[in-house]
Amino acid sequence: MHIMYFTERPYRDAPNDEIIKNGYFGLPNRLYDSKRGSELLNEYLDEKVLAEQLGFDGVMLNEHHDTAFCMGSVMNVEAAILARITEKVKIVLLGNPLPVVGNPLRLAEELAMIDMISRGRLVTGWVRGAGSEQFATNANPGYNRELFNEAHDLVVKAWTQPGPWRYEGKHFHYRFVDPWALPLQKPHPPIWIPGLLSPETVIWCAQHRYPYVALATFLEPTVELWNIYRDAAAKEGYQVGPENFGYLQKVYVAETDEKAREIAKFDMFGGAGIGYSLFGQPQWMFPPGYNSKEATRRIAKQFSDPSNQDQAFGGAFSAPTTNDNIAASQIEVRAGTWQPGESRVDTAALRKQIFDAFPKVEKSMQVICGTPKSVIPKIRKVLEVLRPGVFGFWQNDGPISAKDRTNSMRLIANEVLPAVREMSKELDLCSPFERAPGQRKLPATGIPESVGSLEALAS
Amino acid sequence: MADNSREWHEETVKVDGTNLRVIKGGTGNPLLILHDELGFPGWLRWNSELAKARTLLVPLHPGFGATERAEWIMNIRDMAGFYARYLKEQKLAPIDVIGFSLGGWIAAEMAANNPSQFRKMVLVAPEGIRPPEGAGYITDFFQVMAPQHFAATMYKPAEVPELAQLYGGQGPEAFELWEDARAQTARIAWQPFLFNPSLPHLLGTAAGLPTTLIWGREDNIVPLASAHAYQQSIKGSTLKIFDACGHRPEVEKSAQFISEVTNFLS
Repeated sequence: MHIMYFTERPYRDAPNDEIIKNGYFGLPNRLYDSKRGSELLNEYLDEKVLAEQLGFDGVMLNEHHDTAFCMGSVMNVEAAILARITEKVKIVLLGNPLPVVGNPLRLAEELAMIDMISRGRLVTGWVRGAGSEQFATNANPGYNRELFNEAHDLVVKAWTQPGPWRYEGKHFHYRFVDPWALPLQKPHPPIWIPGLLSPETVIWCAQHRYPYVALATFLEPTVELWNIYRDAAAKEGYQVGPENFGYLQKVYVAETDEKAREIAKFDMFGGAGIGYSLFGQPQWMFPPGYNSKEATRRIAKQFSDPSNQDQAFGGAFSAPTTNDNIAASQIEVRAGTWQPGESRVDTAALRKQIFDAFPKVEKSMQVICGTPKSVIPKIRKVLEVLRPGVFGFWQNDGPISAKDRTNSMRLIANEVLPAVREMSKELDLCSPFERAPGQRKLPATGIPESVGSLEALAS
Repeated sequence: MADNSREWHEETVKVDGTNLRVIKGGTGNPLLILHDELGFPGWLRWNSELAKARTLLVPLHPGFGATERAEWIMNIRDMAGFYARYLKEQKLAPIDVIGFSLGGWIAAEMAANNPSQFRKMVLVAPEGIRPPEGAGYITDFFQVMAPQHFAATMYKPAEVPELAQLYGGQGPEAFELWEDARAQTARIAWQPFLFNPSLPHLLGTAAGLPTTLIWGREDNIVPLASAHAYQQSIKGSTLKIFDACGHRPEVEKSAQFISEVTNFLS
């Protein structure tokens, strides 16, 4: 199993009340202090070096725009630095927002340079970008998926087809493609795709034999999405294994359960663990043409019936079923929070509501927290249920101090990681590096076997 | 809600492989109606009134939900060209036209390209020309959810007599149609947002085409400054400003609207 470390790299000094009132996206940047930003960006790079020293196999980065939620506005910049200042860890980019970047040939060059400087340690990946990113970069949301698909094909082609050649697509045009920045890894760096369980994306991954990495999603629908991947893979003629799947788990560790819980609670403000509930207001998360028909239908009910709109955070903690689009459920939840006109937002009440919800989040294992001893069996449960070949420790979102951040990292590395490695051997969770996804043969019956199992959850 | 469904029917016309759905009703010379960016709001009082003397043709824009999306339509000029072809193939040109908001912009692009396809043109608070620098922007309604977008189109929504009829009552089904319409609006007009920098120049071609511009003084979507810019671009055009009225004069000031349009087109 490939074990990696991930944090959103928050701007930790954004006023909490303002975040509650407004959400993260669209918070005016007068609240940002570049001096503090400079310190934090360096601190986060140092943390990645620490992660390597502590024995993680990979460090993962992501990208968001116009938000205190995540300071990685151009993650390739961070990745390029890490390529030089780390030595062993994989640099895992999940992912570059293809429609938002807008220039796939430039992206192909940047990533190729990162791969070469890191001497072949790049793992790359793609996302569509959150709704808000479309506003932040003026990427046309009506063509989001078209842009994603075309940019993906173009990047891979730029890496693999000798130039020069000419490209005339629907959204991109290049009269002369002949990049001299080519990846060290051949034919190209591994591609993994992160997501929040969109079936369309999962099927696309299966078709391309790309591992799918679920981002701290509820366990039940995650298993069901694994099965959608399994069936799509079978249509492509292969059997899935742990190497096709990754999972990010929120984990906070401290010397006592109480202390770990106190720290983990702050994740409610910065984390995705509760469904990005403060990430952005509905109109930012729902740009025109960005969401599927199914997601739109769900949101339609919410926005057309005013009596629906007082449920506030209630819906965030029930596990959506497979076919529910998680993004849609997040928007529903937010609809109750921010009605037009800020006057309705009662900061104190909302803060209480957020904290009060933490026990549910802990119970559903969206966040695992405690001493090393108390988190290990919970992580084992997740591994038994999902059987991922890639596992990410995701932590340190929201206003958590530098001391608490690194303390949690050290405790995980020293006291949890060895146990997790043992488990992965015992459960035979091989990573995409140990076994290339898509190489397993289907059983003689032609009926594919499942990778995850809900039975383990029940036991 | 009065049942007016017998006043109109729907037909399908093939335009370049696209099955264009058209709402058709009334009697007399044809009158082309180009609907706004939230879709076809329904057959309303003003439709009934005008349909007494004219045959109203309301094509449902490709990609707005009812009519399928034509992949090649990627900007307003493509849409204008699509309708030019519709008019030519259906032998409808020259025709009178009323365009609302985004539909007004489509009509303006058609007039800029080939004014002879129209006999008379009514543009109701059209997008397409942005206010001069310093005079505001066309409202970015993509930064609000569709119901707020809809509400912003009227000066005093609660006082609009036909509010309950608009878009079939604004329930979940309307929301889904709005999203279809907004998605296609994004595809063809995301950037520049709701204007075409060359349109004021090319509208010089439409000089002499009898044109009435109708605008609500309190228009919260396309500022009145755009109205003056339009008037300057189309030589000889007339601007009618409705007081205490927003972006939907046809329902906010229905009687005044019917009277102006009837007089102009007769």
